[in-house]
Amino acid sequence: MTTPIDKNHATKLLRQMLLIRRFEEKSAELYSATKIRGFLHLYIGEEAVAVGVMAALTPEDAVVATYREHGQALARGMSADSIMAEMYGKLEGCCKGRGGSMHIFDSSTHFYGGNAIVGGGLPVAVGLALADSMLGRNRVTCCFFGDGAVAEGAFHESMNMAALWKLPVLFLCENNLYAMGTAIRYTQAQPDIAAKAVGYRMKSAAVDGMDVMAVEAAASKAADHIRQGNGPYLLECRTYRFRPHSMFDTELYRSKEEVEQWKAHDPIEKLTRRLSDAGLLNDQDRAALEQDVAREVESAVAFAEAGTWEPVENLTSFVYSERREL
Amino acid sequence: MGEFRMPSLGADMETGTLVEWLVAPGTLVRRGDIIATVETQKGLFEIEIFEEGILGEPLIQAGQEVPVGTVLALIHAANGSAVKKDAVSDQPKSAPERFICSPSARRLAREMGVDLATIHGTGPKGAIQRIDIEHAAQTRIPPAVESAKHARTEPASHETLRQGMRQAIAAAMSRSNSEIPHYYLEMEIDMSRSLQWLEVENQKRTIRERLLPAVLLLKAVAKALRDIPEFNGYWLDNQLQIKTEIHIGFAVALRQGGLITPAIHAVDSLSLTALMKAMSDLIERTRSGRLRSSEMTDATVTVTNLGDQGVRTVFGVIYPPQVALIAFGRITERPWAEGGMLGIRRCVTATLAADHRATDGHRGSQFLEVLNKHLQQPESL
Amino acid sequence: MSGAQSARKTSYREAVKEAIREALQKDERVFLMGEDVGHYGGCYAVSKGLLAEFGPERIRDTPLSEGGFVGAGIGAALGGLRPIVEVMTVNFSLLALDQILNNAATLLHMSGGQFNVPLVIRMATGAGKQLAAQHAHSLEGWYAHIPGIRVLSPATLEDARGMLWTALQDPDPVLIFENNTLYNMEGNLSETAGPVDIDTARIRRSGSDITLITYSASLYKCLDAATALAGEGIEVEVIDLRSLRPLDDATYLESISRTNRALIVDEGWRSGGISAEISARIMEQGFYDLDTPVERICTAEVPIPYARHMEEAALPRIDTIIDTVKRMVRHG
Repeated sequence: MTTPIDKNHATKLLRQMLLIRRFEEKSAELYSATKIRGFLHLYIGEEAVAVGVMAALTPEDAVVATYREHGQALARGMSADSIMAEMYGKLEGCCKGRGGSMHIFDSSTHFYGGNAIVGGGLPVAVGLALADSMLGRNRVTCCFFGDGAVAEGAFHESMNMAALWKLPVLFLCENNLYAMGTAIRYTQAQPDIAAKAVGYRMKSAAVDGMDVMAVEAAASKAADHIRQGNGPYLLECRTYRFRPHSMFDTELYRSKEEVEQWKAHDPIEKLTRRLSDAGLLNDQDRAALEQDVAREVESAVAFAEAGTWEPVENLTSFVYSERREL
Repeated sequence: MGEFRMPSLGADMETGTLVEWLVAPGTLVRRGDIIATVETQKGLFEIEIFEEGILGEPLIQAGQEVPVGTVLALIHAANGSAVKKDAVSDQPKSAPERFICSPSARRLAREMGVDLATIHGTGPKGAIQRIDIEHAAQTRIPPAVESAKHARTEPASHETLRQGMRQAIAAAMSRSNSEIPHYYLEMEIDMSRSLQWLEVENQKRTIRERLLPAVLLLKAVAKALRDIPEFNGYWLDNQLQIKTEIHIGFAVALRQGGLITPAIHAVDSLSLTALMKAMSDLIERTRSGRLRSSEMTDATVTVTNLGDQGVRTVFGVIYPPQVALIAFGRITERPWAEGGMLGIRRCVTATLAADHRATDGHRGSQFLEVLNKHLQQPESL
Repeated sequence: MSGAQSARKTSYREAVKEAIREALQKDERVFLMGEDVGHYGGCYAVSKGLLAEFGPERIRDTPLSEGGFVGAGIGAALGGLRPIVEVMTVNFSLLALDQILNNAATLLHMSGGQFNVPLVIRMATGAGKQLAAQHAHSLEGWYAHIPGIRVLSPATLEDARGMLWTALQDPDPVLIFENNTLYNMEGNLSETAGPVDIDTARIRRSGSDITLITYSASLYKCLDAATALAGEGIEVEVIDLRSLRPLDDATYLESISRTNRALIVDEGWRSGGISAEISARIMEQGFYDLDTPVERICTAEVPIPYARHMEEAALPRIDTIIDTVKRMVRHG
């Protein structure tokens, strides 16, 4: 590390990662208690990606996310309250309980969801960038997707169109090595995802997704490239989820040893160690952060618990704009 | 298991009075058997059955007046296996009676106060449709007569029956007059050849087998309808429905007054001998009030012959939904000019009354011309 | 208002083009995107000449990536533009069905009302040009199954000219299905022809004996049948649905309350089609107006065959319509 660490910024990154971690641990607990239903895909282990990338974006930039998006939403700055209430299915949730865990949307932070069709968000991101390009808005659309989406036709179509039309898209691949339970070696002829950009004459890079500062640096570089009008960029963040794909997954496809090996690279512990080594964080600081985050999570749960159910009479609202019913 | 119901013998019949069971319970009956007699405002009818089986105990006793469609007796399967099979379908018997009826007609019937049980459906599979309700409503017997009918418990007197028949005729003829745009064509037909042929023919026959001139007229009409079929059929739902079968309604005056026009079936297919027999039988049974239901409802055209009354020309009123009525006056000797010569010929005036919605005068005159042609070739009739 | 508005002869194709041109002129946010819409001039020549007039940004040729560019249209709509996305034929639109159903139709709902998608997708549909089983189906009835989108079916020059602008004003996704056999149809169009409503059905011919419910190219088969039947004294009312979603129930139910009979003529397949939906609605809301069972004439349940006589046999035909109407009106 040649550049000095900005203590405040680094502490903020750590806190965001901690918030995601504790928020999701609580979510798993609430899922077991049937407070949260449906599918629940946890991001634990991958926190450095969302936190590092969001640090490289401006509030005006757009984000298109996946169904494993609690971390992305929290890192983007959405309130834990509205996300938790959404997972409870309450009216006070960000989508009034219409979306749930997989469909978190927020117009105020330009957070375009929450897409549970693998690869489904990529063409939409291209379109958002097309609009920016045609309207002369200088902003980046950051499109998160996993290694599984790389196998979809939508990946190829979107990479091609974005490069062809030089659109300001940051293709952000969270490569956690498994498409649900199938390892990338069983799905990709070329498992080096960043290398695929060559076929589209697109700039790309791969980065250690367990290192939040490295992710932030790489994402900033990519965003700068895009903002300078050079077209899209593919950034592959090599990461790992510590928890099963979803709550209902016995993890037959990977060994406990492999998981333990990756846990040794826990992004939160990695950043904590680095800050301690630099003398920027002591145990009390870390404990204070934990307490602060715990309060926020508790508050989110209380908010969700206190939330209300939308009247069933509103069932058909938001099918068409202005509640036009057909 | 089947049901033997009070039949509908005409669109204007709402109820019938069971007069007599002609077959005892437990008897094996076959399709076409006459098993009861029923009295209506049109007279006494012999009621035939359309299925085979063992006649069950009567559900309606002689003397009872019931609406059309009422089950009079059950018909049980003739063998054990069929009974078993039918045992299942026996279940819904207690359910309210259902008629095949379009939803719209059902609503219309409710609005107009028409009892579906009294309606003869003309739609697909005999379904009652709007037009059937409309017809029924138009030909319905006025309430005064109706209430008089319902009030009685005894079989109707001849006087009441005649009154009812008069009402029915009045309704049908009023409807005809108001709905059907009639047009009339008449033709003087030389009957000399036909009558000469008939005289020779009758000399070969016993008195019982002798033919009346009316038989020639009926058969000639049937053959002419074969050639010009538009006059044989119904006007229904703004549409001419030409019928392939030629069932001629033959007007029979009743001794006590009134008129019934029972049908002689498939006249075009009958020999003159068979036609004479059918006609005699029909007249006899009409006057004794023993007509069959199919004879009451099947006519596709009507012929009226008032020749024996001395009338020369008849302007008939079409019986709806038929589209034509052919009338014959008295056969008389008339002066006849032909080939520049004046002679005396026996002639009849044939009048065609036809529905102008279905046909026009051009076609009508063709019909009379063809009729004339057939009457000039009696040997071919 | 000038009383004597002049009319001029034009074609369905030209009417669609004029509508696109007007939209491009009136609203800077509007652009056309699709396969071969620019340099080629449009597969059905609808956009011919527009590239020179508006340039490649707004008449945008796309790669053969239906899912990709329909999805991009959704994104562009979310991003503030008013895209007109052209899909070459309805069969190809299946490659974009994921985007249409999973994104365009659902984003507003999933986001709790935060993100609406003001997108118009146009595509050719229908058989009749011997294009066989991958270019000629009529799947608009399928799309009408999907809540969250509108499905339009312009049959006339006025609608070809006028539906697009109204669709572009709609805050939600609108799919416009143009039957490929109509593009060459010529007729007179008023010089003042402009936007039309996209909510209601129209009675294209009045009659008292039976209601024919149809849309798109089948409208003309129904009108021809009605003319022939009038010669036989049967007065047929013909209803052009115009919109398959929403369906204008009121118009056809009112008609059936007068005629008491309904026959649906639909170029889609029968099983589970829009004709089944309409029939069900008549049962639900107009049962007591019926004097005969509702009947349907649809495309035979086969993939559309290539050979001309086979294709004709598969599609609704005028003689079949005439025979069916006669049977229904004349009590079987």
